[in-house]
Amino acid sequence: MTEQVIQLEKVNKWYDDFHVLKDIDLSVDKGQKIVICGPSGSGKSTMIRCINRLEAHQEGKIVVHGTELTNDLKNIDLIRKNVGMVFQQFNLFPHLSVLDNISLAPIWVKKMPKKEAEEIAMSYLEKVKIPEQAEKFPGQLSGGQQQRVAIARSLAMNPDIMLFDEPTSALDPEMIKEVLDVMIQLAEEGMTMLVVTHEMGFAKTVADQMIFMDEGRIVEQATPDEFFNNPKSDRTKLFLSQILNH
Amino acid sequence: MSSSISFTHNKYYSWCRNNLFSSWINGIITILSIYFIYEVSSFFLNWTIFEADFVNNFRGEKITDRTFCSKNIEPGQHGACWAIIIVRFHQFIYGFYPVEEAWRVNLVYGLLPFALVGIFFDNLPFRKYFLYFTFLFPFIGYFLLYGGAGLDVVGTSKWGGLLVTLFLGVTGILLAFPLSIILALGRRSKMPVIKTICIIFIEFIRGVPLITLLFTANVMLPLFLPEGVRPDNLLRALVAVTLFQSAYMAEAIRGGLQAIPKGQLEAAQSLGLTYWQSTRKIILPQALKISIPPIVNTCIGLFKDTSLVLIIGLFDLLGVGRAAVADIDWAKLHYEVYVFISLVFFIFCFGMSRYSLYLEKKLKTDNS
Repeated sequence: MTEQVIQLEKVNKWYDDFHVLKDIDLSVDKGQKIVICGPSGSGKSTMIRCINRLEAHQEGKIVVHGTELTNDLKNIDLIRKNVGMVFQQFNLFPHLSVLDNISLAPIWVKKMPKKEAEEIAMSYLEKVKIPEQAEKFPGQLSGGQQQRVAIARSLAMNPDIMLFDEPTSALDPEMIKEVLDVMIQLAEEGMTMLVVTHEMGFAKTVADQMIFMDEGRIVEQATPDEFFNNPKSDRTKLFLSQILNH
Repeated sequence: MSSSISFTHNKYYSWCRNNLFSSWINGIITILSIYFIYEVSSFFLNWTIFEADFVNNFRGEKITDRTFCSKNIEPGQHGACWAIIIVRFHQFIYGFYPVEEAWRVNLVYGLLPFALVGIFFDNLPFRKYFLYFTFLFPFIGYFLLYGGAGLDVVGTSKWGGLLVTLFLGVTGILLAFPLSIILALGRRSKMPVIKTICIIFIEFIRGVPLITLLFTANVMLPLFLPEGVRPDNLLRALVAVTLFQSAYMAEAIRGGLQAIPKGQLEAAQSLGLTYWQSTRKIILPQALKISIPPIVNTCIGLFKDTSLVLIIGLFDLLGVGRAAVADIDWAKLHYEVYVFISLVFFIFCFGMSRYSLYLEKKLKTDNS
């Protein structure tokens, strides 16, 4: 019996006249790893940003851990505490040291004593393999190191769902692997993950489900095996041929 | 021969050669410039120091009015007569504050640095206690200056000179700072009522000259208040100055807020921080850091603009200076008075400017 942690039912969203999400249905089980791909502008980032309410949807229902996302700020805060997010541009806080970046939310959101929060921060820095950078500022780190700090920062809140919004798109090629390795490790530990990425090697390694989106719709959802070897829709085939054979 | 070789290898010599005498024209300009600098500075130094009178004139007599100034006795004497400043020093610093009570002003001047260090330097030992003191200082300062509860009351009409300049400048800036942060955040708020109020306030205050605000505060305000309620002249000026400064500072801070990428707020929110936590811990520290140069710019501007209060009858440093010049005993000593006043303003403004540079350097966290 698997436990459903995220449900989207007939979710619709518009930016003014632009219909960015169209009747999205999705359900995610605990521990599931879902990789979402699709051309730019297809709504994949918008969809995962709706899950922690960085964007508001206008129609339909989004339920996370049994709590429905509405305008109620209490529910939003509750969900954000349990849902971590990693951004394409890292979005580290440049005026704080690496250690302070990670311990900030435990101290202010969970009201944890500073010392305990810093110990937790150090343990996550060790997990992403850069404990020696704790005292530095984000501007002094490489892109790959910054993204690993961003992952540690999210993990320090002890979330049970992690959202990744193109985590490697802003990185130099030689730094992509160090970030993906951390994400693979996280997947092996059983974290529920929704990952927007075009790293198809990563997708084949960790994904339970592949989702292909185009023009605001989920066009295809399948296991990686089916998705890569026997895609049903022509649009998916075209996309895969472009992304795999360039 | 060998000595001339070592001379040409001297780094000062080659620097001069490359930068000052690289061509004939450059060389001539250099020599003319040196001559010009020499003439100006020797004239200025002679006037201000070497040929100037301080307490006594060139005959050794104590100067008590303008007829004792050396330049008014001997046609060959040109130096400044600083006695006007020295004799009227009390007025320049305290205004018409009673001489026997001047220690209270001195105490406030002496305590002011202790009230400010807590704000200015965050790595200070025992900073928490300094900040407590900063918080109490306005009350202590007002009690000391105004009096009451055991101290003789000295009405603000007797305050003057540097005391009024500093009172309006320092208090105005410190009060305007929190107000300007609220205005800047309010102007970016998603709540239409708050946003509209902030925009109207900022645009109205910025669209009106400070002199008009001072007149309004001084002349118009009592018309709207009930009979008999006449708030203090100086406090009215302080309100005008504070509102004026807060509008300008708010726009400087808004510029900083706009420069913070949207991702910063999103990252803070995705970690579960509330709006106020994100603003206080993430957005404002970065926005204020970017805004330091324009904020200090408006502070320097305001500090100098406080001298406008002389037109509503308050005697700030410039007002006292003009009174001194108008005094029949000391007439025609404009230069001395205005040079002195300029120097005092310059010291404070230059101090603010240096502090902002220190702050920018300290807050830099990247390698660029």
